[in-house]
Amino acid sequence: MTRIDKNPQSGDSAVSVRGLVKHYGETKALDGVDLDVREGTVRGVLGPNGAGKTTLVRILSTLLTADSGTATVAGYDVVRQPRQLRKVIGLTGQYASVDEKLPGWENLYMIGRLLDLPRKEARTRADELLERFSLTDAAKRPASTYSGGMRRRLDLAASMIGRPQVLFLDEPTTGLDPRTRNEVWDEVKRMVGDGVTVLLTTQYMEEAEQLASELTVVDHGKVIAEGAIEALKAKVGGRSLRVRPVDPAQLRPLAGWIDELGITGLATSTVDTDSGTVIVPILSDEQLTAVVGAVTARGVTLSSITTELPSLDEVFLSLTGHRASAPQDATPTLEEVAV
Amino acid sequence: MSAATATPALDVDARIPLRGHLRHTGALVRRNLLWIRQDPESMFDALLMPVVFTLLFVYVFGGSIGQALGGGQDGYVQYVIPGMIAMMSMTLSQGVGTGFSQDFNSGVMDRFRSLPIGRGSVLFAKISVELLRMLFATTVLMIVAVLVGFDIHHWAGLFAAVGLSAVFASSIMWVFLTLGVVLKNAQSVQAMGFLVLFPLQFGSSIFAPTASMPGWLQHFTDYNPLSTLADAARGLMVGGPVAHDLWITLAWSAAITAVAAPYAIHKFRTKN
Repeated sequence: MTRIDKNPQSGDSAVSVRGLVKHYGETKALDGVDLDVREGTVRGVLGPNGAGKTTLVRILSTLLTADSGTATVAGYDVVRQPRQLRKVIGLTGQYASVDEKLPGWENLYMIGRLLDLPRKEARTRADELLERFSLTDAAKRPASTYSGGMRRRLDLAASMIGRPQVLFLDEPTTGLDPRTRNEVWDEVKRMVGDGVTVLLTTQYMEEAEQLASELTVVDHGKVIAEGAIEALKAKVGGRSLRVRPVDPAQLRPLAGWIDELGITGLATSTVDTDSGTVIVPILSDEQLTAVVGAVTARGVTLSSITTELPSLDEVFLSLTGHRASAPQDATPTLEEVAV
Repeated sequence: MSAATATPALDVDARIPLRGHLRHTGALVRRNLLWIRQDPESMFDALLMPVVFTLLFVYVFGGSIGQALGGGQDGYVQYVIPGMIAMMSMTLSQGVGTGFSQDFNSGVMDRFRSLPIGRGSVLFAKISVELLRMLFATTVLMIVAVLVGFDIHHWAGLFAAVGLSAVFASSIMWVFLTLGVVLKNAQSVQAMGFLVLFPLQFGSSIFAPTASMPGWLQHFTDYNPLSTLADAARGLMVGGPVAHDLWITLAWSAAITAVAAPYAIHKFRTKN
């Protein structure tokens, strides 16, 4: 079937969003979002609760209509060509779910039939996907008896039945324990290996780092940063080094001395008086060593020094100067902001 | 949304053929039937309601109302059983609303709505399964009815009465589907449904003739579709005038469907 009505402007963008706005009463869930996802890539959309991530996914999967702006998925307009669009997408998320009362196999078979697969093909596809997602043993049990991880795997299998071109994963691991989360990540990586374009929303920097190649950071319905993961990491620091002097009065001078080293690339260090630490974004072990050297050279006594992957909070702190989900005018604890 | 691009508003490629609709509805009917297999207790209401109500009404009220009717308890059985068919069509219809509300809250509805299927399929499947439940309940009712002394005069009349109840029930189901889409949870759907059903059921000729009711109530019962449905069923099953009540019932069914069905589908389509 030739797709005569494919939007000629779509180019090689699998997802293209322009000026998307959605209000719920007074709240602006989306406040003019632009976004492009290239075919075959994984785009992470990172943001705190209430940033508008789910609203975005719901609009792109035609579950919700935007107030203004345009969006196309695989060249299809979300408003004018919803049915064609639904044929080429898969959706797994906090909301779109499987039927808990049905056995796993029946869930997949039903979705196969709803996607117009002939009976026989729907059957083989259900078998195949159960096998692939290691659910064959649980095929006949109602999904309500599944563990959290099995549920998510069934969700993923369900969204793969139609061999989608674009897959939306809305916080696929929220609420899962770390081991189960790793399981789901592995499955997602395999799906990505099949060449499907993925738009993934998440609250965890670590998840974005694991799965996505490019990242869009959203807050209060707006895109606040965008780019390749590596570039953003360089901006916010691959890791955070938290240096805690014994004497809090030394916080500010310490931050100044570290910045003088000029080792941290684009970002500068941040003073967090709340926890009494200087947060230094670092990209390598050499930089870590250099920071420790500088601290020692100045004769500052430290009570602790730790490194960690940046949390969502720290990403936000570096990018916007305020903490994730905190109101913008309520940042009295921060004396200095980066970027 | 702005229509800045020159592409015309075409979704032709995606128009769903009738076979597609049937396939989708079939898959969803299968789903709803599997629910029953998974959870047989969900059939208890359809099994027990006709038994309990028939026994209650026949043995509690049957004697005295029957005396007033002039046929004793046995006469009351002939009177009330057709009414019971009408009543059950209403009471069981509620199930579509509560079931629908659960689907929305569990997230499975989002899955359906993100699939390339007609919105109507989901609604039609629900209605089809509920009608099957109703037929099951009616069968149970007729078995109990015969046991307590109901005479089936002619089968054709019985089938016609059941068919008419099904027609009316499927129209009223659109109302409950609308409630299921609009209200927040299954409990509110049930509460709301009860508020609608209770006056309609008892302010009718289902359980007792309306002649002794005050005038204002008689006006209500005269136009109450449950009265006309019960009277039409009575006429079809045990004899007596049918045409007037039949037409009024069909007119009600058509009117309710014409208003509620498009509204339910619209609400379903635009629900966020």
